[in-house]
Amino acid sequence: MSNATSSTETVHRVSFLDKDSMNIPILKILQADGTTYEKAVLPVIDQALAEKIYDTCVFTRVLDERMLGAQRQGRISFYMTCTGEEASIIGSTAALDDGDVILAQYREHAAIRYRGFTTEQFMNQLFSNEKDLGKGRQMPIHYGSEALNYQTISSPLATQIPQATGVGYSLKMLGKRNLAICYFGEGAASEGDFHAGLNMAAVLNSPTIFFCRNNGYAISTPTEEQFVGNGIASRGVGYGMHTIRVDGNDMLAVLAATQQARAYAIENNAPVLIEAMTYRLGAHSSSDDPSGYRSKEEEEKWQMHDPVKRFKLWMMNKGWLTEEQDNQLYDKYRQEVLAELKVAEKLPLPHVDTLIQDVYDEPTPRLKAQLESLKQHVKKYPESYPNSAGRV
Amino acid sequence: MAKINMLQAINDALSIAMETDDKAMLFGEDVGHFGGVFRATSGLQEKFGKQRCFNSPLTEQGIAGFANGLASNGMTAIAEIQFADYIFPAIDQIVNETAKFRYRSGNEFNVGGVTFRTPYGGGIAGGHYHSQSPEAYFTQTAGLKVVVPRNAYQAKGLLLASIRDKNPVIFFEPKRIYRANVGEVPDEAYEIELGKAEVVTQGSDITLLSWGAQMEIIEDAAKMAAKKGISCEVIDLRTLAPWDVETVANSVRKTGRLLINHEAPLTGGFAGEIAATIQEECFLHLESPIARVCGLDTPYPLVHEKEYMPDALKTFEAIKASVKF
Repeated sequence: MSNATSSTETVHRVSFLDKDSMNIPILKILQADGTTYEKAVLPVIDQALAEKIYDTCVFTRVLDERMLGAQRQGRISFYMTCTGEEASIIGSTAALDDGDVILAQYREHAAIRYRGFTTEQFMNQLFSNEKDLGKGRQMPIHYGSEALNYQTISSPLATQIPQATGVGYSLKMLGKRNLAICYFGEGAASEGDFHAGLNMAAVLNSPTIFFCRNNGYAISTPTEEQFVGNGIASRGVGYGMHTIRVDGNDMLAVLAATQQARAYAIENNAPVLIEAMTYRLGAHSSSDDPSGYRSKEEEEKWQMHDPVKRFKLWMMNKGWLTEEQDNQLYDKYRQEVLAELKVAEKLPLPHVDTLIQDVYDEPTPRLKAQLESLKQHVKKYPESYPNSAGRV
Repeated sequence: MAKINMLQAINDALSIAMETDDKAMLFGEDVGHFGGVFRATSGLQEKFGKQRCFNSPLTEQGIAGFANGLASNGMTAIAEIQFADYIFPAIDQIVNETAKFRYRSGNEFNVGGVTFRTPYGGGIAGGHYHSQSPEAYFTQTAGLKVVVPRNAYQAKGLLLASIRDKNPVIFFEPKRIYRANVGEVPDEAYEIELGKAEVVTQGSDITLLSWGAQMEIIEDAAKMAAKKGISCEVIDLRTLAPWDVETVANSVRKTGRLLINHEAPLTGGFAGEIAATIQEECFLHLESPIARVCGLDTPYPLVHEKEYMPDALKTFEAIKASVKF
């Protein structure tokens, strides 16, 4: 039979399915007070892993607080925080192998930090200086590192989704026991690329984890104006892939779901969709003001579900963290971020010669001529091109 | 007559379009209650209701296809693409559908009621994806009109004309000057005819031609040139497709020289098309090669934005070179 549907039942009167026909449970392991639910099956986690996860949480909180402040002071042009979504991002990345390739949307800097991106590297990108791996070409927060298997961020939404399908397939063909993980928001899941990417992954058996951060808003647009179906998870089932919905503010639930998703995807060369229910506590970006579209009361309600606090309480219950150690960690990163910030902001911007590099593997003769003409012009009017004057 | 900025003028035009045409609908990402990320549609959902002014899901191909569907059935579709950099998922709908709806059906159907508004251009530290000027991808597509206003007054009249035009229009809005450009704009409705360039400043030595936010750049260059005794005729093309060959050619026959400035990269940019046409029309009148001052042939950069931009100084240098040729 070529039409691969799986209807086993025949009916003889009209009856429609609706969005409630599919009951999608939500995985919760950790309660608000830091204790676990009775009968909860915990992920594989020891003290060292828990400490690395928590360390990344604290770093991310400090980075977001300091750099949003730096943006407000005019020291960097733009910033985006991932406040409120740390458990979704870090809990999932912590379930991966370092050889798994991350294709993120833009709000996942906690993931590249978990992989080892240094504070100095963050600052170099944010200040677009000559040490930025991206050569100062993209706005702040567009991180990327080949060494860390974290593909460079591209602002257009959802383009990374079918790409992740291709990366996952390539890892399979290269015989690696690795997969691709693709992060995106519930807004991006409305783009055509989402549907193309998920269907291709399912049809072509690409080992890929599609990780949706359902954080309630696409800039100002709330989920109820984005879709009316049963979340994003229902679509995974529609494309024929293993699917799970988790509490995205529950570090242990995200970790458990992603650990098992990974094992399944690698073993079966198959994609998995994870929908993490979370909330964007901050603005969309430093250019946005959420007071125009949501209430303070709503934000305060979600503050009570703070994922970092919940995980901290669990760590303390386990005897793996004290208040004093916690304070020391925050202090350490506040000092480190400030110190690296002061260094990075004084470094020169990339040389004007980099302007024509990487358009192609080698600059074309026409590009070389354009650069030469530009340099002659800068020499004539140095005061109008302060970034390049004196260096041409 | 009030002094308002370009965003207010656009908002005003949209409001008039909705008031005077009950088949007009306004939609796109965040355009509803929030009023758009630049606030161009601020207050319009309150005025016209959620059925006519609304947020779309986050899908540009969906927005464009939906607009085509509305217009094919007689509605007036005013769709916003949040940034011109994000128009590309919609390019199949726009290039293969919007542009060819009338032609392919022998005029059984058309989507002349579609207008796509989209902010374009750089100068805002936006990097690759909040800075591009993709007009040339669309000027090569027969069946689309492409319009770019230079100031608040022009924006209101050209947008109203675009919405009411019987053909699909892509209306590129110069976001760099959205708020900075303030001018007197009549309260009442008015239209500025599409397909007509405007001679902004009369001159005798060289014709400077541009559109959108680059108009103030070439006007600055013209002032610098005037101090050197060079008289520039400044023209705003306003509509790129179909473009006003006659006005430009008449000017070049008078001045003997032409400089075209645009923010998009040089190679494949619309200046090439203008230069080719004008050398055909005015060959024996030309006293120097037609000059193009454009973006470099690179993706739109971030830290080297100043170096990339076809600014007033580069334009001034090109004016002098053209006159000295």
